[in-house]
Amino acid sequence: MDWWLISLLSTLVLCPLLPGLINRVKAFYAGRRGPSLFQLYYDLFKLLKKGRVYSLASCGMAGLAPWFSLGCMVVALLFLPLGMCDSPLHFSGDVILFLYLLGVGRLLMALGALDAGSSFEGMGSSRVVHFAALSELILLGAIMFLICLTSRMDLSGLLNSVDISSWSRYGVLLLMTSLGLYILMLSECCRDPFGDPDTNLELTMIREAMVLDYSGPDLAAVAYAASLKLWIFATLFVMTLLPADLLDGYKGWLAYILSIFATALSIGVIESAMARFRLRKIPQMLLAGFGLTLISLVFLLFFGGR
Amino acid sequence: MEANFLTLSNPGVAALGNLPVVPLDEFRRSVISGVNEDGWGVSSFFSVELDGRNLLICVLRDDSSSKLHLLSCEVGKSYKSLTSECAAFHWFERELRESTGIEPVGHPWLKPIRFNTDESPDPGVTDYFTLGGEGAHEVSLGPVYSGVNESGHFRFQCVGEDVHLLEISLGYQHRGIESMLVGGPTKRTLPIIETIAGDSSTSHTGAYCQLVEAMSGLQPSKYAQMIRGIAWEFERIANHTGDLGALAGCVAFLPTQSYCGRIRGDFLNMTASLCGNRFGRGLIVLGGVGYDVGKARAQELIARLDKVVPDLENALDLMFAEQSVLDRFENLGTVPKETAREVGLVGMAARASGLSCDVRTHLPYGVYGEHPVEEVVLNGGDVLARARIRYDEIRQSLSSLYRLLSSLPEVSPCVSGTRDISLASDSIGVSLVESWRGEMCHVALTDGEGRFMKYKVVDPSFHNWFGLAMSMRDEQISHFPICNKSFNLSCCGHDL
Repeated sequence: MDWWLISLLSTLVLCPLLPGLINRVKAFYAGRRGPSLFQLYYDLFKLLKKGRVYSLASCGMAGLAPWFSLGCMVVALLFLPLGMCDSPLHFSGDVILFLYLLGVGRLLMALGALDAGSSFEGMGSSRVVHFAALSELILLGAIMFLICLTSRMDLSGLLNSVDISSWSRYGVLLLMTSLGLYILMLSECCRDPFGDPDTNLELTMIREAMVLDYSGPDLAAVAYAASLKLWIFATLFVMTLLPADLLDGYKGWLAYILSIFATALSIGVIESAMARFRLRKIPQMLLAGFGLTLISLVFLLFFGGR
Repeated sequence: MEANFLTLSNPGVAALGNLPVVPLDEFRRSVISGVNEDGWGVSSFFSVELDGRNLLICVLRDDSSSKLHLLSCEVGKSYKSLTSECAAFHWFERELRESTGIEPVGHPWLKPIRFNTDESPDPGVTDYFTLGGEGAHEVSLGPVYSGVNESGHFRFQCVGEDVHLLEISLGYQHRGIESMLVGGPTKRTLPIIETIAGDSSTSHTGAYCQLVEAMSGLQPSKYAQMIRGIAWEFERIANHTGDLGALAGCVAFLPTQSYCGRIRGDFLNMTASLCGNRFGRGLIVLGGVGYDVGKARAQELIARLDKVVPDLENALDLMFAEQSVLDRFENLGTVPKETAREVGLVGMAARASGLSCDVRTHLPYGVYGEHPVEEVVLNGGDVLARARIRYDEIRQSLSSLYRLLSSLPEVSPCVSGTRDISLASDSIGVSLVESWRGEMCHVALTDGEGRFMKYKVVDPSFHNWFGLAMSMRDEQISHFPICNKSFNLSCCGHDL
């Protein structure tokens, strides 16, 4: 069996572990034992057995959005190199497709949220779309930096051509870019300090406000897509950091999975140690992330010795 | 001063015949100049039907001379509203019109506040301010919540993320407390008083008991007063601790949230070890206290405090040293001192805005005469000030608690209450206490047989809900939960 297939399958199976890991770390800091690592699996199983309830204002979009959005996420996953192997699908320029698949997923979720006709969901989608416009800059900046560094135009090449020799030359720039990608991950997945996934206060919600009206299997799709999204953005961060020629075979796979889990643990630590930002501060932080990637790009272009 | 106010101490009683009834013009002039010029607080304002006449009675709190001033006037079906000249009457006049039908002419926004009469619509079904134009939208929150909350309805008029105006509509928790108390005191009176607002049980029972004791000439013993003081301070600490934890939760600061949640429980359990109830029910009774504390239990409580206080300080210091938390609290939901005075805020919310209004210091009652507490006043009026004042008051309450607990004797003499009480007939009595949330005012009028003809309760929440609305002006809508928690007002106490 090819390593890409194993990686893909383990991604689909293991991604609900990430919220469990984060919650365990947070529980540890709060002096509790916390829910089981497998809580999301139980929740998904429970939700799949339940019925659906739709808002009376809905015209049907609400029921479709989570599934199509999940579909977009899975297709995007096929273009992403998971570990030290190429992705199953790749062509030169597939980064643009990857970006827009994520964008379409977000658009569908926003439409589904508006379909419910609640003011909370309207507010949530407006926030999500607003912040996404800025966080896309970080992703674009990071991709431009990697394109200039690796001279490749496909995601597999971009993320898997960074080897130990480029680390020795451009280590600082790579670190800055991956820091930008880390900020992107926190913001896109609405983790603390950008959002609070545990809150029950609708007025402060960002992504959570968009999914208030979902129930049953739809909510399962939303929850699964959220953990998959966290995995995808953690992959972008991890793959920028990991030199591609360091390990291969099962060692590469293990290093990749462990790095993803370590990233989840670090999210848990951050969530335990600091309060979330005011909403007004989020755009500033996102621009700071963009600044990091932009500075790396500028340094690479002018002082990269090309 | 033009009118001759009836001046009482706290708690105070007078024969109804001594309550001056002045013409409306003079009433308005005296009351308004008392509030606007002398800086008195409006403690209570209500109407009562006496010998076929409608009397408006106003109780004003004068902090500088430690006295309460009462004045009344006779009105017909309507009178010229006080609100236009003195905003502190805003809510009182809405209540008056709703409960009696007396019309304060010229009141700017005469809506019901409790929706409790036969003609009232369902709670919340009323006119609201609306905002037109591009980008303006309305968000309504409650009365059903995703968390464990009391029911209240909030209407935000927003432009984008900014709140232009917040209107608060309550009344969902109305139980008819005041009408249930008419004809008392009976065996049921005390349990009803205990449930006016569950989180301030001991404060309400304290206010009630000292009112009835004053009206019947009963003097609870020194030790009974001390045990009451212990209960009040435990209540204050438990609630402040819970609120600080909840504030940390609002900004997703996990450690303080978790620890304060547990430590609040510790304080509640200590109250339970006094009387068997975590909220102190059954502890304060007419004439004394239901349970003696005794030296042994006092020592045990001191030992438990010694154990939990370092944990609490640790959890709170962690929060107040965390930059990301301070960034959220600072300059948020600011109520300037002038606004606080104008709308008549009370309690720690008012003191966080720089007003000095602690009843324990200014009109000392019960144990606070002999064991005075120093008032904590902060400036700023923002969420940070309302958080810090809680921490400061916790520290102070702890030192009061240690002092009171360590000076209790082996067996406290004469602390048990009494069943047979007879109230002075045809009298009016006023009693003020400072609950953890703020000033609480109970007023009772007795008939010829010494039964309650009218019992008026003003919970601090009644004064402060409008302060929450003011704190949200031009604030971001996502900050509402923090502002709300920083006041932490009671719907039950307001709705009665």
